[in-house]
Amino acid sequence: MKRLKILIPILGIVLLGACNNAAPTQEAEPSPTNTLDKTEGQAFVEDDVSNPNLLQVAIKSADHSTLVAAVQAADLENALVNAGPLMVFAPVNEAFDKLPAGTVEDLLKPENKDALANILKFHVTPGKYTKDFLKKFKKLGQANDQSVKVEVKGDDVYVGGAKIIASVEASNGIIHVVDAVMLPPTE
Amino acid sequence: MKTRKIKLFTAVAASLLLASCGPQTNNKKSGGALSSSAAEKVYVAPGEHDEFYAFLSGGFSGNLTVYGLPSGRMLKEIPVFSQYPTSGYGYSEETKPMLNTSFGFVPWDDAHHPDISQTNGELDGRWVFINGNNTPRIARISLTTFETEEIIEIPNSAGNHSSSFITENTEYVVAGTRFSVPIPQRDMPIKDYKSNFKGSLSFISVDPEHGHMDIKFQLMMPGFNYDLSHPGRDKSHGWFFFTTYNTEEANTLMEVNSSQNDKDFIAAVNWKKIEEYVNNGGGTMMPAEYAHNVYDESTHTATTTMKKEVLTVDPLKVPGAVYFLPTPKSPHGCDVDPTGQYIIGNGKLSADLTIHSFDKMIAAIEAKKFDGEAYGIPILNFDDVLAGTVKSGGLGPLHTEFDGKGNAYTTFFISSEVVKWKLGTWEVIDRKPTYYSVGHLMIPGGNSRKPFGKYVVAMNKITKDRYLPTGPEMEHSAQLYDISGEKMELLIDFPTHGEPHYAAGCPADLIKANSKKIYRLDENKHPYAILSPDQAKVERKGNEVHVYMSTIRSHFTPDNIEGVKVGDKVYFHITNHEQDFDVPHGFAMIGQNTSELLIMPGQTKSSVWEPKKVGVWPFYCTDFCSALHQEMQGYVRVSPADSNIELSWSLGDSDEE
Repeated sequence: MKRLKILIPILGIVLLGACNNAAPTQEAEPSPTNTLDKTEGQAFVEDDVSNPNLLQVAIKSADHSTLVAAVQAADLENALVNAGPLMVFAPVNEAFDKLPAGTVEDLLKPENKDALANILKFHVTPGKYTKDFLKKFKKLGQANDQSVKVEVKGDDVYVGGAKIIASVEASNGIIHVVDAVMLPPTE
Repeated sequence: MKTRKIKLFTAVAASLLLASCGPQTNNKKSGGALSSSAAEKVYVAPGEHDEFYAFLSGGFSGNLTVYGLPSGRMLKEIPVFSQYPTSGYGYSEETKPMLNTSFGFVPWDDAHHPDISQTNGELDGRWVFINGNNTPRIARISLTTFETEEIIEIPNSAGNHSSSFITENTEYVVAGTRFSVPIPQRDMPIKDYKSNFKGSLSFISVDPEHGHMDIKFQLMMPGFNYDLSHPGRDKSHGWFFFTTYNTEEANTLMEVNSSQNDKDFIAAVNWKKIEEYVNNGGGTMMPAEYAHNVYDESTHTATTTMKKEVLTVDPLKVPGAVYFLPTPKSPHGCDVDPTGQYIIGNGKLSADLTIHSFDKMIAAIEAKKFDGEAYGIPILNFDDVLAGTVKSGGLGPLHTEFDGKGNAYTTFFISSEVVKWKLGTWEVIDRKPTYYSVGHLMIPGGNSRKPFGKYVVAMNKITKDRYLPTGPEMEHSAQLYDISGEKMELLIDFPTHGEPHYAAGCPADLIKANSKKIYRLDENKHPYAILSPDQAKVERKGNEVHVYMSTIRSHFTPDNIEGVKVGDKVYFHITNHEQDFDVPHGFAMIGQNTSELLIMPGQTKSSVWEPKKVGVWPFYCTDFCSALHQEMQGYVRVSPADSNIELSWSLGDSDEE
């Protein structure tokens, strides 16, 4: 188990890195973990005793049904339940609604899986910081290998232009609920 | 003595002869696992679970190892009688008391015979008990946490070998002394052993709710060696049987002098009768000194109580409670079949097995047909109690288990084999070689009323060429056989840790649903626990410094501590705030004269550090807990003894803004 535990976060990182759609590289081969069956992995461990993890918290939140659907479409469930710690900036359903009409539907199409995954990973930071603690940062390194700006305005904290409106602890990290979808910078 | 030697020699020669032209011819080049589908039978696909748990004693490792069957995969090592740096057991402040004895802190023992708790003679999967042989102790291990919860020392005992066997409803765990000793201990010439030394058989009651152990009484028997024991089953429930050797009462060159008598005894003890006697005020309380160590799951802490007296029973004061059954050749294993009718004496220097009949024993007792007495204890006539003899053709029978289908399986040490034979007809049905020199064997539930007769595990003493060589010291070797058919089939070899004397096996379904995932933080009653990181603090009491620390992915709170001085004794009390299955954190401090801690979710453990050098010294998490595991570290500033730097602590304070 110990060994597995070491392996999974590393694989997780490799996976997160390997699928970076924003900066595709020729030698990027699909990681062998991509062959994981849809029902295999830590997301499918039966455990009703531990405190809920990031994915379980998100699934229980009615305000995050679009986000959860996107995570499932991008096959990112297992990444959200690993040892972490992870900080997830979770746009509420209304934030997705504010995107141009048809954007979400497009992203959920199988052929856009990589683009969707890239956007979702831009909402994830390896690490776990409270909203107050985030005030110490100027930027964060996100799971899609890009950086996101942190701004403090009065008592509010904005990450990639999205305002943190609530925070929920999970067993393997923290969810900061945000009011906007954070779009990865295109360079 | 001379004739004895010759006899032994011819027996060995005979067995060699048997071995060379006997059953071993059909192995090795038979095409092995693939042709017989053995590989398929032991293959547990990735992510799948084994069908059985097996708990193998670690022998001189002092611990208990958990295996899955049929794969032979080791799942865990549970520290019991030995310090275990992997988890900090016996090193942490909370677990040090588990190893206290009347001799002080004893960080090791020789663990022998695990036995799983039972209800109505069937495995109930609640606890497993195991004996410490060297400094006599019995341990109880929880099968929900897989942690040692209790250890009780046995006074008036030495070489606690005929232990720790469980009665049908876990009323008692029984511990018999292998070495007789002066009771009470005193300064006397060794040569005066005979008739002055005594052998104690201890009946330890088990609280049906919590499993807590208490010595109910000790039966003070003649100074023989009590080797192994087994409770009666079903019809013989209420009796306990102990093999003896050295009825000669020799005290030197035992390998010769305790093999003079053609027969030793199996002692049959009617413990229900003695229990009644004791419950009615019988027995003599004598001064004694022994430790009782109990681990409390809510405080995550063990405490030691030193007990001062023990109730002893003179067998002659309870008429009808104890009888001797003559049994040939220094019997070792003492086994009772699932119906309780047959008591098997495995005469370790013999080729044969002796089977006594419980019904015949009762009839002989009722008819008062005795063949003399030993120290006032009636001896029954061998022929009156004999049910049969298994003429096995092997040599050196040690232990027998049962498949619940009318068959028994006996190990033979000298001829290295398992022999399957039929109860009642005593005919040999099959025999298979082991590799090499087998001791105990185990069928899950195979010593209970309800065996699960699918596999037998043979635990061998000698490994030699079975695996890649690893220098002079090799792990011992076990073999797993399929016993579902008429003939046994060897499936796999697997190495075992320490010396597995005996094992207890259990269907996984009886245990796995109860296995605990985390300790609830809100149920943590440890006096130094902090339930929230904002309770973190550092306190000084003279030269003691107490750090109330918490861990969560991926930091310690606090992680910077100043104001510690050379000569201080620093206690790190660390509470793991994770509430997530299988996310322990570790703790280790540079130069600490102890092991790391491994702290389970919701648990508190404490570790002592006595800094000797001025400087700024790091500590870190030893378990790869998370993607930011490498960042999980901290510093303690150690100032000179006469420094006046105040204690301070922090997390996340930094000057650069």
